[in-house]
Amino acid sequence: MDNNQKGLEQIEGSLGVAKAVALARPGVVCAYPISPQTHIVENVGKFVKGGALKNCEFLNVESEFSAMSVAIGSSAGGARTYTATASQGLLYMVEGIYNASGLGLPIVMTVASRAIGAPINIWNDHSDSLSQRDSGWLQLFCESNQDAVDTHIMAFKIAETVGLPVMVCMDGFVLTHAFERLQLPSQEQVDAFLPEYQPREFLDPKEPISMGAMVDPDAFTEVRFLQQRKMVKALDVIEKVTKEYREITGSKSGGLLDCYNCDGADLKLIILGSTVGTAKDAIDELQAQGNKVGIISLKSFRPFPYEALRAAIGDTKNVVVVERAFSFGARGIIAPEVERACKGMGTHISTALCGLGGRAIYGTTIKDVVAYAQAGKFQEEFTWFDINSAVLNRYLKDSEGITLPDGPLAESQLCESVRKVLA
Amino acid sequence: MLEEIKFYQTGSNTVGNRLLNPSMRTIQASGDRPNTLISGHRACQGCGEALGARYAIDAAMRATGGQLIVCNATGCLEVFSTPYPESAWRLPWIHSLFGNTAAVGSGIAAAAKVRAQRHGDQTVPRVIAQGGDGGTTDIGFGPLSGMFERNDDVLYICYDNQAYMNTGVQRSSATPPSARTATTMPIGAEPGADWGKGKNVPLIAMAHGIPYVATASVADLRDLERKVEKAMSFHGARYIQVLVPCPLGWGVKSQLTVTCARLACETGFYPIFEAEYGRVTGVRKIRQQQPVLNFLKVQRRFAHLTGKKADPKVLARVQAMCDENIKSFGLLGDDDPQPAPTAVQALERAERI
Amino acid sequence: MTTAEMLSLSAFLEGHFAQAFPSFGSERTGAPVVAYARIDDKEVRTHEPIREPDVVLVQDRTLLSAVDVFGGLKKDNGFVVINTEETPEQVAPELVKSLPQGHVLTLPATRFAMEKLGAPRPGAAMLAALAAATGVLKLESVQQSFQTRYPGKVGDANAETAKLAYDFVIEQKNK
Repeated sequence: MDNNQKGLEQIEGSLGVAKAVALARPGVVCAYPISPQTHIVENVGKFVKGGALKNCEFLNVESEFSAMSVAIGSSAGGARTYTATASQGLLYMVEGIYNASGLGLPIVMTVASRAIGAPINIWNDHSDSLSQRDSGWLQLFCESNQDAVDTHIMAFKIAETVGLPVMVCMDGFVLTHAFERLQLPSQEQVDAFLPEYQPREFLDPKEPISMGAMVDPDAFTEVRFLQQRKMVKALDVIEKVTKEYREITGSKSGGLLDCYNCDGADLKLIILGSTVGTAKDAIDELQAQGNKVGIISLKSFRPFPYEALRAAIGDTKNVVVVERAFSFGARGIIAPEVERACKGMGTHISTALCGLGGRAIYGTTIKDVVAYAQAGKFQEEFTWFDINSAVLNRYLKDSEGITLPDGPLAESQLCESVRKVLA
Repeated sequence: MLEEIKFYQTGSNTVGNRLLNPSMRTIQASGDRPNTLISGHRACQGCGEALGARYAIDAAMRATGGQLIVCNATGCLEVFSTPYPESAWRLPWIHSLFGNTAAVGSGIAAAAKVRAQRHGDQTVPRVIAQGGDGGTTDIGFGPLSGMFERNDDVLYICYDNQAYMNTGVQRSSATPPSARTATTMPIGAEPGADWGKGKNVPLIAMAHGIPYVATASVADLRDLERKVEKAMSFHGARYIQVLVPCPLGWGVKSQLTVTCARLACETGFYPIFEAEYGRVTGVRKIRQQQPVLNFLKVQRRFAHLTGKKADPKVLARVQAMCDENIKSFGLLGDDDPQPAPTAVQALERAERI
Repeated sequence: MTTAEMLSLSAFLEGHFAQAFPSFGSERTGAPVVAYARIDDKEVRTHEPIREPDVVLVQDRTLLSAVDVFGGLKKDNGFVVINTEETPEQVAPELVKSLPQGHVLTLPATRFAMEKLGAPRPGAAMLAALAAATGVLKLESVQQSFQTRYPGKVGDANAETAKLAYDFVIEQKNK
């Protein structure tokens, strides 16, 4: 039996996500173009205009700020709502992002993760999505296009159950523009899993409510506490919804995190997004050489699954977080969370920073990280992995009269190079 | 209609309710009034915005049979009407942000349409987006223009008090020249707000070719109500800008809000007109023309133009501005409005009805 | 990119796992672009760009002097297909020497496309040549992929272009 007969499709990731969104029968979709998310909304727009997606309003707006604002209005107006963005666009809508979570609106938004300028860069890293860490949105990362398809459908149910918006983060270009084999669930399966949206309250002339009132110091803390409670509830909801979805569709996607080759591994890598697939291939090769390394694919970054991660790490003492973004003036963004999860367990946790602005993370990159970790070279919390010192030195030699060595650069080497110049 | 009546109450330049036949009278309180913005809110005494909003939204409630949803920009109106856990609004109402109200309105309208389709409802609730001049002409201008351009089914009402009153009276692009605000102080060679700046959003709205644009004022509530009702008879994007004096920001005695608004109209300072599909269709004529000095002298924001140290040249410049308004909008005499160039979008939208 | 997409679709139609993706750039029409494709019998999990290809398809021979298109190509068993009117020995003599006999082939793919499609889109011809030269794909799959993606006249014309190219390469092989 060939692939077509099995209900499989060989399509672009963006088209797969658009089909998944259409299966969820959204009421309002708004779009503003920014690479690399454009193909998703283009396809949804086509479904609406062509009649495949019925009873859906598709709005071409004039900015991401308006895209998020239209989404706020339509979600508050009682319609299942979807939009997509990336990078600069995500930042342009930030005021609305915080507003949507504060109002408890179950909007689902794709973030086709991409670096933030300046310098302008259209390629993938995680600095855009992770910049919204504190925005009050759930943030779910996808490791493949199949994962992205399934996670989008689950995201609507998670958002509507919890009463908070969800960002589905998929690596820009690497996933959005890749043609892969996808299994889309049937409309019947999705309808059984995700019924027509029934908002608990919305802007309805029959039962008028006021939304978005000004809250003074007397109640603001309590409102925030209740919002945090929803986040905690989301941990449970993500697991339950994943279980239900998997039962209906037979999918393996979703969840808070996913462990690969973890049993008895004395080194574990924590990775978000499409790098997980590359890393799986790499550690399979290492496994064949008798070198056992585990991978924890972190699916839910917000809420952060402290307990599940603590259990997944177990008594492994050596953990490296492969991070595709960092915090200026500080260090990694994910490693400190892992540190919290492992408090008191004596786990050595460090960050290998790589894959910024579209620099490819190859299987060899992963193997280098593993070799570095197993040689005990991650002495410090934060290491610039896969950095080209020749490029740095071209600048530093002339401007400051110093050079940096080849190979990964630990944080202390950066600090030392500054001190050397100051002295 | 009203300008034909030549009886005025002494000293007020207004037509007294008692001189009108009952159908033309404005009713401030009655049992069957919707009272959508109900008493108990925290607006200042003599707040023009509260007055304008109450009349505008009540008129829209009547026009839609109560099938109305309002979204509100950040600003005085939002703050004084919804201090948690209280709300003065007796209709579905949402406040999202300062600069996104037009877009939120588009979203609500889209959701209302889809919900009606999916549930087989015959009536689709209508949407009003509203905000002050700062939220409309400045920070919310992009989303406003986008909503106009898409011709989304939203009536946008701007309550224009000509500055950022909520944050303490700072200059906006609707602040008139020479006016004192916290960021355009009456000091230096050219006291008050700069000349040659600011924008006319009603004319910009008309350039989008949308079905209906109007200006109004709390000096003529009947005219405001009529315009809101008329606006609700159109589908697509509509814009009404209501002049609402702010006693605090303008330095006007709170009992003079309406008088001040009337003087703005009677001097030609604030032209009151309406337009359909980009063409002016009606102008509220000046009934008894006044020198602009009469308008300026009741406000402390223009004290530097009217006091002893005032530069008469600046006053002359303001008067010239009013005279130009009177001329270009035809605010005096009996002429009908002159046709003006129109955006092609207007023709297409008019045809689609 | 379309060619890579069609390559992955052809492989998919034969029941394989396949993946195709562009080298993501901001190049405008006509600039050199690279696209990658992988074919496997198990799930393709990696998303890294391909550094050591088994096959290189060169859709425009002018790239040969501009870009190191054969970097990383597997020397023991690599295949190269070049779109040109010239012979392999004329356009890439060094390469012909370094690869096994018959692993570098040329065909006038653009001419075939102009003939059948009326547009300089050599993709179908290139894939058909790959199918003929290596046997990793069937001609029918290549034809079907274009007909699936572009139903109607365009797909059919691409299928005819593919047939022309396939026969051309088979004929060369049998010489």
